[in-house]
Amino acid sequence: MPQSLLPWFLVIQRLGIALLTLIIVSFAVFFATELLPGDVAEILLGQAATPEAVAGLRSAMGLDEPAFSRFIGWLVGLAGGDLGTSYVNNTEVVDLLSGRLSNSLRLAGVTTLVSVPVALSLGIGAAMWRGSLFDRVVTVLTISVISVPEFMVATLAVLIFAVWLDWLPALSYGVDTSSLGAMLKAYAMPVITLSFVISAQMIRMTRAAVIETINTPYVEMALLKGASRKRMVLVHALPNALGPIANAVALSLSYLVGGVIIVETIFNYPGVAKLMVDAVSTRDLPLIQSCAMIFCVSYLLLITLADLIAILSNPRLRR
Amino acid sequence: MMAEYQTTTTATDPPKKKGSGWSFNWVGRIGLAIMLFWGLVALAGPWLAPHPPGEIVDWDYFSPVSGEFWLGTDYLGRDIFSRILMGARYTVGIALAAVTLACTLGVILGMIAAVAGGWFDMILSRLLDAFNGIPSLLFGLVVVAAVGSSIPVLILTLTAIYMPGSYRFARALAVNVNTMDFVTVARARGESTRYLILQEIFPNILGPVLADLGLRFVFIVLVLSGLSFLGLGVQPPNADWGALVRENIEGLSLGAPAVIFPSIAIASLTISVNMFIDNLPTKIRDRSE
Repeated sequence: MPQSLLPWFLVIQRLGIALLTLIIVSFAVFFATELLPGDVAEILLGQAATPEAVAGLRSAMGLDEPAFSRFIGWLVGLAGGDLGTSYVNNTEVVDLLSGRLSNSLRLAGVTTLVSVPVALSLGIGAAMWRGSLFDRVVTVLTISVISVPEFMVATLAVLIFAVWLDWLPALSYGVDTSSLGAMLKAYAMPVITLSFVISAQMIRMTRAAVIETINTPYVEMALLKGASRKRMVLVHALPNALGPIANAVALSLSYLVGGVIIVETIFNYPGVAKLMVDAVSTRDLPLIQSCAMIFCVSYLLLITLADLIAILSNPRLRR
Repeated sequence: MMAEYQTTTTATDPPKKKGSGWSFNWVGRIGLAIMLFWGLVALAGPWLAPHPPGEIVDWDYFSPVSGEFWLGTDYLGRDIFSRILMGARYTVGIALAAVTLACTLGVILGMIAAVAGGWFDMILSRLLDAFNGIPSLLFGLVVVAAVGSSIPVLILTLTAIYMPGSYRFARALAVNVNTMDFVTVARARGESTRYLILQEIFPNILGPVLADLGLRFVFIVLVLSGLSFLGLGVQPPNADWGALVRENIEGLSLGAPAVIFPSIAIASLTISVNMFIDNLPTKIRDRSE
């Protein structure tokens, strides 16, 4: 195989692994929710159901077919955009999800826009003045944020911004989009919390990536030549650290998936995660499956993207 | 590679006392002390508690810190200090059980895969890698939705979430050790696979595996608290620290101590474990040197 094709071979291999993972994940999601609990028809009809009614509902819902053929049917439906019907209120899952999904994506998008520039400049700065007071403060802060649960970051944010400073409402109920000010207020707390969680990861990884490049002989050479510290990092080291940094950004954004579940719950934000947590308490299986698949797919997309960036930005694989 | 790493650290670190490699700095000691403190509380919590943790002892709810109720009371008027002492048993106990199971399973499978190689290694690695494609909190949510929440279910779910990572870590270490001369010699002597794993490989990866166990413990505490915070972890009337925060979240806008102290308990545990792991004596961390 010619060397120039190697990165593309690796890309195709990585995509293949992602596809395989997706199949295994959907398998796990389907069987975890389908096979383990008691009979869905009995749960739906409640205590007073006659055996005939249960049997009728079972065949109407297709529950008496073998599990594997139901799994295939579910997969085909998913691929075609048919997510099934909610058990609890008999509406199409697609209709329940559509508005929620755009809410969640907006939250994630705003968080990304806020956290990426802040995290990159802090991470690169910490690496540039490594060992300085600034670097040490950043390191201690990021370690603290990483080692506490997301809901604690949220509680702290509420304590500081709502209780002590009294700038923002403590817990927002629903998103009021009537005016720009109200909308900003509703978004502020969830975005602040999520940004803290995501940025901490991103700063650490960016700092590590830049420091690794600074430690290479060619950057040392630039320093020996008499380049200033700033020039050494920004002109010589940074271009080669861009790949690892992009990788770090995509990887940190995958933490959004876990963070968003907690943040939407604590702030009552009407997104997919809130929908899913509510569905868990009502045991609405089709809804749980669809939400779980949405999260798994976005998580998988982000970590695959991170790996692809790492492969494509590595010049050693190109020649 | 390892040697290079060693020289750079000794060059940049402030000059240390040149000891046997077992020296242990004060940050690590503080971490160890806090860890041991919570371990002790988890064992002896119910006897130390000034009030019964499940009983309403104050007519006022969310009362502030006072002489009688050291950390205030919760939304029903139960003593928070006693409930935190009792909660330590759930948080530390469940996390410890899960991390022990996950690491034992992961390390055993990892070592077998490294020594055996071939199709066993390939299939197991691919399968467990696929599990890494599921976000951890979500996995917990789905399982709890399916089978309901109880302490054994929580332990097994957390084990399932963190076993693949432990497997990957142990396998990577074991693959390195497996190519070393003393293992080749043992193999040439005709020792069994069992002997190779237990006598040659395991002692040489033990240190890093223990450090990894500590980190995984922190992750498990975080996910467990997250699940309990969502109301899907330890069920009332029992409560771990995450559940304590959830119960009292209404007091947040009042700045009630009932929300703040359980959060501090979680943070003190996870940060102290991190401090301890980061400052482990080099002899333990880099056993393979």
